[in-house]
Amino acid sequence: MKKILFTSLFLFSFATTFAGGYRVGLQGQRALAMGHTGVAYVNSAEIAFFNPAGLVYLENKINVSAGGFGVFSDVAWQNTSTGQYSSTDSPAGTPFYLYGSYALNERLSLGLAIYTPYGSGVEWPTDWAGSHLVNNIDLAAIYIQPLVSFKISDKFSVGGGPIFVTGSVNFNRNADRTLTDLEGNRSNITVDDSGVTNWGWSVGAMFNVSDNFTLGANYRSEIILESTEGTATFANFPDSPLVPANGDTSFTASLPLPAELTVGATYEREKWAFNVDYTRTYWDVYEDLDIVFGNGRESINPRNYKNSSLYKFGVAYEASEKFSLRAGYYFDESPVRSGYFAPETPRNDGNGFTAGLSYQVSNSFAIDASFLYLRFKEIDESYDYVSDGSSFGGTYKSSAFVPGIGLTYKM
Amino acid sequence: MRNYIKYMALSAVLLTACEAELDNPIEDGGVYTSGSADFSNFVSVGNSLTSGYADGALYLTGQQNSFPNILAGQFALAGGGEFKQPLVNDNLGGLLAGGNQITENRFVLSVGASGNPGPVRLSGSPTTDISNVLTGPFNNMGVPGAKSFHLVAPGYGNIAGVAAGASNPYFVRFASSANATIIADAAAQSPTFFSLWIGNNDILSYATSGGVGVDQKGNLDPSTYGANDITDPQVFASVYSQELNALTATATGGVVFNIPDVTSIPYFTTVPYNAIPLDAATAAGVNQAYAQYNGGMALYASGGAITAAERDARTINFVEGQNAAVILDESLTNLPNPAAPGTFLPKLRQATPDDLFVLTASSILGTLANQNDPNSVIGVGAPVTDQYVLTPSEQALIFAAQASYNTTIAALAQANGLAFVDAKAILNQLATGGITFDGGSLTSTFATGGAFSLDGVHPTPRGYAYLANQAILAINATYGSTIPTVNVGDYNTISVSQSN
Repeated sequence: MKKILFTSLFLFSFATTFAGGYRVGLQGQRALAMGHTGVAYVNSAEIAFFNPAGLVYLENKINVSAGGFGVFSDVAWQNTSTGQYSSTDSPAGTPFYLYGSYALNERLSLGLAIYTPYGSGVEWPTDWAGSHLVNNIDLAAIYIQPLVSFKISDKFSVGGGPIFVTGSVNFNRNADRTLTDLEGNRSNITVDDSGVTNWGWSVGAMFNVSDNFTLGANYRSEIILESTEGTATFANFPDSPLVPANGDTSFTASLPLPAELTVGATYEREKWAFNVDYTRTYWDVYEDLDIVFGNGRESINPRNYKNSSLYKFGVAYEASEKFSLRAGYYFDESPVRSGYFAPETPRNDGNGFTAGLSYQVSNSFAIDASFLYLRFKEIDESYDYVSDGSSFGGTYKSSAFVPGIGLTYKM
Repeated sequence: MRNYIKYMALSAVLLTACEAELDNPIEDGGVYTSGSADFSNFVSVGNSLTSGYADGALYLTGQQNSFPNILAGQFALAGGGEFKQPLVNDNLGGLLAGGNQITENRFVLSVGASGNPGPVRLSGSPTTDISNVLTGPFNNMGVPGAKSFHLVAPGYGNIAGVAAGASNPYFVRFASSANATIIADAAAQSPTFFSLWIGNNDILSYATSGGVGVDQKGNLDPSTYGANDITDPQVFASVYSQELNALTATATGGVVFNIPDVTSIPYFTTVPYNAIPLDAATAAGVNQAYAQYNGGMALYASGGAITAAERDARTINFVEGQNAAVILDESLTNLPNPAAPGTFLPKLRQATPDDLFVLTASSILGTLANQNDPNSVIGVGAPVTDQYVLTPSEQALIFAAQASYNTTIAALAQANGLAFVDAKAILNQLATGGITFDGGSLTSTFATGGAFSLDGVHPTPRGYAYLANQAILAINATYGSTIPTVNVGDYNTISVSQSN
């Protein structure tokens, strides 16, 4: 059974790019509709991701939330000094989540969370002007986490659990700005690996200040994915001892999935709930993306990310017995420093506008829907650390539109 | 559920509305302007430099990186139209005539048995047969090998004349008829904008052949010229003016290029004059062999038959270390051979830094002129012959003709209000220090400098891109257009490949 579950999970392609770097902030319909808040908001099994300490405060014995999103993001680029322009034709990403909790007793709940917090899927036209940095990239990581939530008192609870991560990467780019074979086909390299695993953990705490005011905090550890078993494919290199040979070789690379700390508060009054969350993501662990190939070549790509913050606000309103309405906003600070703006994660500060609703089909079942429009300002930026000493830049404009749908079950 | 359907429909609408759109997208046009020029029908006229020729051949990717094609790509941002080129079939570059190969394949940089990389001709059977005439018209009317007067010569594209050298196999491929002229085929397209870069071969074929041709100054009938002769400046001025008249008849503007110095291209600057390394014993032995010749020079000088300066120039002396090669210089005084009455002494001297050895001299220097005579090492015991060296007197003829052509070009460009590219100054800059661009530099150094392809004469795609940028700057300055330049770092330099 477990095996089948795993297999079916891998059938999903949940690649996407937005939220600073390659963080994909889409971990629940109800939370997303409220600006992706929820570290102090006990409402559904989505709390398993946002703050496992809250699981124990869920009213029902069994709670399940599951859902997915369609991520439609694209990036336009141009350089007015050369007249070059291009835009991504990225496949729609489909991040998903599955959360469940089971109350063993008054003080102890167990849970399971499966979610996809990191990923990136960007597809530029092959051989575009920045193809020496990226033609296409598809990064994905699935987090699988058993959880335990313990009520210390009616006011205070803690929760957490180990995280098992399995990731995959497929990244293609041209060897440099000009190298081709004799027919003019650009020399390029693809690195591909999947089933890269590692472990991490998360822990949260919740404090009910009063009946309608709750504080929460949650920390998710950094996990570094070390790729050592993958394949690097060199293609369209000319036949010469002066350049690498065509064919497969091994490679090693590591990609950090940074730690994040969220603190927040929820205030509930009658039919209203108000959330405020603040998240700090420790991106400074992402110093460079270095790929060392089995044929002795290497690719050194400084990234030099900085820690970044997310400021999130959400509101929910119970319109009727059947309908709940939600809306939110967040400001997403980019971890990318000026001069390090690489087109595989071309992100500047973004403004996320969210909304959504739930329809209570029966006492146990609800259908949840949400959407996010993530808006970025047009920006003039460059990546100044290309290995040949050049710089690649221009004007970028990105946007992402994300509809999502899910189910909430309680019993 | 109906609500969900509505919601999904709304999502779809929003989705389309939310696609990332730049504030002022280049893609939509209007960012760049053409000024007073009209780039809708751009026609380029010239020789190999216009055709995209490189690495000793005209091949497909070279044509795609021809400077007019690069220009046309940028013109397309401001009203420029399609730019058709008479593309060859392959990336080998050799031409066939009726199945027989008549021009060589391209050079590639290949690592030899010694482990050192060097240019070699790429092996393989080319597939471009000149008897397969393409249907035009073509915007790129660059014809490798064409001299100024060839553009107005009827029959220059007649296949019947190729074998005898009376016509040009490259023009045969796309001439509108056997009797067509290049300039008439260009003008018939009613260009709205044009480029003209012609006159290089009027001195270059003389130069690359080491000056074995004749300076035709004073001879106004180019039909009597040999392939390696220097064109008379009046002939040049006359045909250049005709060509401009034909092109300006319909065009709103154009860009013209002058003729660079031969001394700025690696074909003449790569092989040093003193490429002969000798040890002390060998040098002494060689000097012994020249003792009689040196004595003869001293005698003729004391008798007044030659000047002391000529005596010094003709006194052969080898030393331990690097030595100047012995060359044959036809401009030296004819001196009877006292040992064999009725014959003359060879016109030998050692080269000086003012002598320019052509690139192909590298393959004969130090080899034996006579396989059976170990003393016939070329440059030591046997002289380097005329076709490998451009002596100062030969260079003077080239510079005189070039200066006159350039005066004509500059004057006619000004008179017609055309954009003018000082290719002479640009190539001199590449030769004397180079230029830098984002992430690199471009110099004239053979093979490694980036600007020149492996034939030592024609630019690389990156070199052509740099020239295209210079043309764009001149065009913008002349016509008030705002065409953007290209990023030269995006263009390739030389190709590496093993040839087998």
